Parts: sequence; C-alpha cells; structure tokens
Amino acid sequence: MRNTWIICLKELRSYFVSPVAYILLTMFAVIYGYFFWFLVTLFDRSGMQAQMQGQSFPMNLNEHIIRPLLGNMSVISLFFIPMITMRLFAEEKRTGTIELLATSPVRDTEIVLGKWLAAVMLYASMLLFTGLNLIFLFSYGNPDWKPLAVGYLGWLLQAAGMLAVGTFISTLTRNQIIAGAVTFGVILMLWIFSWAEGLDAGTWARVMAYLSVTSHAESFAKGVIDSKDLIYYVSLIFLGLFLTTRSLDSLRWRS
Amino acid sequence: MIRVQDLTKRYARTIAVDHISFEVQKGQIVGFLGPNGAGKTTTMRILTCFLPPSEGTATVAGFDVLEQPLEVKKRIGYLPESPPLYPEMEVSEYLKFVGQLKGMSGSALKSRINEVADRCAIADVKSKLIGKLSKGYRQRVGLAQAIIHNPEVLILDEPTAGLDPLQINETRDLIKSLAGDHTIILSTHILPEVEQTCQQVVIINKGKLVATDSVENLQHRAGGADSVLVEVEGRDGALSAQVIQQRLETVSGVSRVIFKESRAQRSVFEVDGLKDRFIRGDLARAVVESGWNLNELRSGAVTLEEVFLQLTGGEKSAAPEPEPAVQEVEHQ
Repeated sequence: MRNTWIICLKELRSYFVSPVAYILLTMFAVIYGYFFWFLVTLFDRSGMQAQMQGQSFPMNLNEHIIRPLLGNMSVISLFFIPMITMRLFAEEKRTGTIELLATSPVRDTEIVLGKWLAAVMLYASMLLFTGLNLIFLFSYGNPDWKPLAVGYLGWLLQAAGMLAVGTFISTLTRNQIIAGAVTFGVILMLWIFSWAEGLDAGTWARVMAYLSVTSHAESFAKGVIDSKDLIYYVSLIFLGLFLTTRSLDSLRWRS
Repeated sequence: MIRVQDLTKRYARTIAVDHISFEVQKGQIVGFLGPNGAGKTTTMRILTCFLPPSEGTATVAGFDVLEQPLEVKKRIGYLPESPPLYPEMEVSEYLKFVGQLKGMSGSALKSRINEVADRCAIADVKSKLIGKLSKGYRQRVGLAQAIIHNPEVLILDEPTAGLDPLQINETRDLIKSLAGDHTIILSTHILPEVEQTCQQVVIINKGKLVATDSVENLQHRAGGADSVLVEVEGRDGALSAQVIQQRLETVSGVSRVIFKESRAQRSVFEVDGLKDRFIRGDLARAVVESGWNLNELRSGAVTLEEVFLQLTGGEKSAAPEPEPAVQEVEHQ
C-alpha cells in the first residue's frame, strides 16, 4: 500500500510539473463550460417559449440540463484518456527507468495500481473543476443533487475503466504516440459499439451494445445505479489492471 | 554472497548466457569482463531479478532470484547501463523517491540523501533538474541511486561508460571506497579498469565463462611464473650475449633465459623464475658481481589485456576503446 502511494505521488507530480495536466484541465474546462452555457441557454429559451405560448413547461434542471450535459461530456471526455495514459509505461520503457522500478522491492501490482490511481486522480481533478459551473446552477435553481452525484460517479467509473485499458496499452510499446493512438482507437470502438443497439434484435448487436462503455453511463446519468452497469465498469477496471500486471510481468520473459 | 550456478538465458534464437557458474565472496569487488554482447548485461539483469533465468540458479545473500525476488531486491543496488533517471525531477527529489521505493523514510532517508550526495560529489547539484545535468553528473546520480539504501550487493553495469578521464578516476575511487561493506560486481569491457579496481575477475565471451580468478593469478597464468626483463651492459668493450646468458642461467631459481635483442653493448633477456621463487634480487647481484652494468630490471608480467585476448581468442572488439574526453556535440 505504501509503495502504491509512493508511485502514485510520483506520477501525479510528473503530470503537474509538466504542462500535461494544465492543458488537459484547461481544454476540459472550456469544453464543459461551452456545453453548460449551451444547455442553460437552450433551457432558458424553451422555458420562455413555452410560457409565451401559454403552455406549461416542466422546469426540471436535472432532466434538461444535467442529464444531457453528463451524457455528452462523458462521451467527449473519453478522448482525453489516451493523453493521460499513453506515457504511463511507454515512457518508462523508453528511458529505461522501468529497470529501476522492476529491480526495487516493489510488487508489480503496486506499480500498476499506483500509476492507474494517479491517472484516476488527475481525471477526478478535471471533474472537480466542473463544479464551478454547477455552483451557478445551485445558486440560481434548485436541482436535485442525488442524481447529479450518481451521474458523476458513473462518469468517474467509466473513466476509471478506460484508464485501466489505456494503462494496459501503454505497457505494450515504448512509443507514446503508438500507445496513445491505439488507446484512442479502442475507445472509439467501444463507443460506436453502442450504436449497434439501433439495429435491435440480433444477439451480436446486443452483445456489442453491452460491451460499449458509453451505453452503461446512461443509467448513471439518469441518476440510477444499475448493478448491471456497476458490474460492467468494475470488471472493466479489474480486467484492465489485471492485463497490465500480466503484461508487465511478461516484459521480463520476452525482452 | 553471490552464487551463480549453471545460469543460462535463452532468447528466441540465441543463447545470451550459456551455463555460467561463479561465486563472489562478501566484500569483494569483482570485475565482469567481456567484449560487447558477451552476456554481461543479461547476467546482471538476472542477478537483479529484472530477467528470469532460463535454466540454472542464482542466489544473492542466500535468496534465490526466482523464489524470493523481493528479498533479493531489498539487498541489491543496481546501476543499469544507462542510469534510470527521471529528467523532470530534481536530484534530491529523485533520491528521495528511490529511497522510498527501497523502503526508507523520514529523517533517516533525509540524512542518507545528504550522505550519499556528498559521497558521490553531487551535493552541489542537489536542487537541479536531472534533465539539465551533464553526462558525468547523471552517471554519479545513478550511482547515488544505487547505494542510497546501503545495499549489501552493488551491481554496476559499465559505471564509467561515457565519462571523461578525470571522472573515470573519481568514479573508480568511489567504487573502491565502497568495497568492504558492499560486495560489488561491475561490468566493463575496459581492461585497465579491472586491473585497477577489482580483486577478482570473471571473464565471459559469447555467453560462456572463459575464466574466473584473481587478477594476479590470471596474469600469472598467462605469463607463467615470475618473469623479468633484464637489460645488461658490458663495461669493457664487446661482451657476447652468450656469456651473459650463461651467467644468468646459473642464478638459482631461474628456469629459463631467453635472449631478446642486443643494441650496441646492451643485451636484453627475458628471465623466467621457477614457480614461487622471487629471482630479481639474485639476478641483480649476479650481474653486478660479474662486473657488468644492470641498466634495467622490470617486470615482464603480461597485462590483463594479453590474458584477455589469449582467453577470448584475440577478438578485436576486446581491445579497450579510446574514451572520448569531450562529448560529441549532438546535431540538432
């Protein structure tokens, strides 16, 4: 546990001394801010319109702002993941520092867990900054905080799963660009799998839809914790980290 | 302290290390010698648990590298061929990180960092970014990293590679000063380094063990027993070399005298002594008492280099490479 923490701190440090973390945080804040502004404006307009036409408009912030906001952002933010994970192991392999880690009295699982945890924490800090937007929502309206919290939980779980997959891919090469590109491709695939749901019927379509990362975030965004989705993400995290550990171990046998 | 038995490492098509066995006693400095690609790095990586052996066993301080890697790792300090440094870290930060990885913490670690920095002469760059350091400093930071937790065994892969001559000397002195409390294995393809630093030599070539012995014994083995070069000058006119040779042959303890060359009145002989006989004193007296001048009397012992070439079949790559004193400027 101590070793995991040491490695995690070291990784967090190298995210934050390099421009990586700041660029990610900025880009993320801008995109989130844009969506937030867009949805609030839209909400405002439709409210006004409905009033002018004399219809009653169900003014529900959760339904009209938070849910689409989380739905869109959790997909867009997937594409930040390669930028976070690509260097984790590829860099260590390229510079040879992996030899330091591998010859220190530290278990492989501790190394993997530490690095993944650092990536998750960086991601969580990105989510934390979106709170600035939500402060406005809470000060001028009264949305229900519980579905919001569940939505963020789902979002973080989804990211944690994909970060584990990205970490695994980073162990496969010593080239960061390759690690990033492959991770990007895998994430893209896992996202578009969800479109198979539109085909309905077929077993394969259903399997693909189940495998998609994004389809499992939907119920979270609604504020519902479905055990099916929870299990999906938790097993994705375990699978990713397990493969990472095996891959790290196999480096020794292959190299 | 270190015991290697029938160690073999196979890659897909090649055998990098082929049934090597040797032992290293506590407190010794052992030179691991061989041409490039002989299997030195592979053997070291096995000893540090970075690579598993294909066959055979290796134990460090009684712990098997396959069975109890964590116990082995706790007891070794390792400096790979290129020092494992994080360029974005400051030197002291880096040493702290490595120290923590090796299980140290708190004030003990703090004072140890200062101690190690002084010892490796990097105290003046402690708050600099590693990425900004020169090659010599980086190498020494690498060495500091290896000794930070005061390990019983130090494994250094070409610790002087890429340093300038002054830095090489400093590094050698540092390594020598570490002997005693630490058992050290250092690999190199530079022979004088072994002669100057090590007590024991393990020579490997193409993955096979060629010789393992003390430096003196190896020199002895190739050059026979005590071997002396004598230059004698006759004082009165021409003196036939034969006369001198006959006289030298009668000196007790001499096994054979070989005439080498003669210039003007001076003749040079190579004189071999019997085993375990020290013949220099008697030789000098014999020459002087015969009324000749003794111009020179020096050890004819072969250098390790000759031994090495002899043992590895005279490969050119085994010759020490001239080390660049000035680093090449990288092209942008």
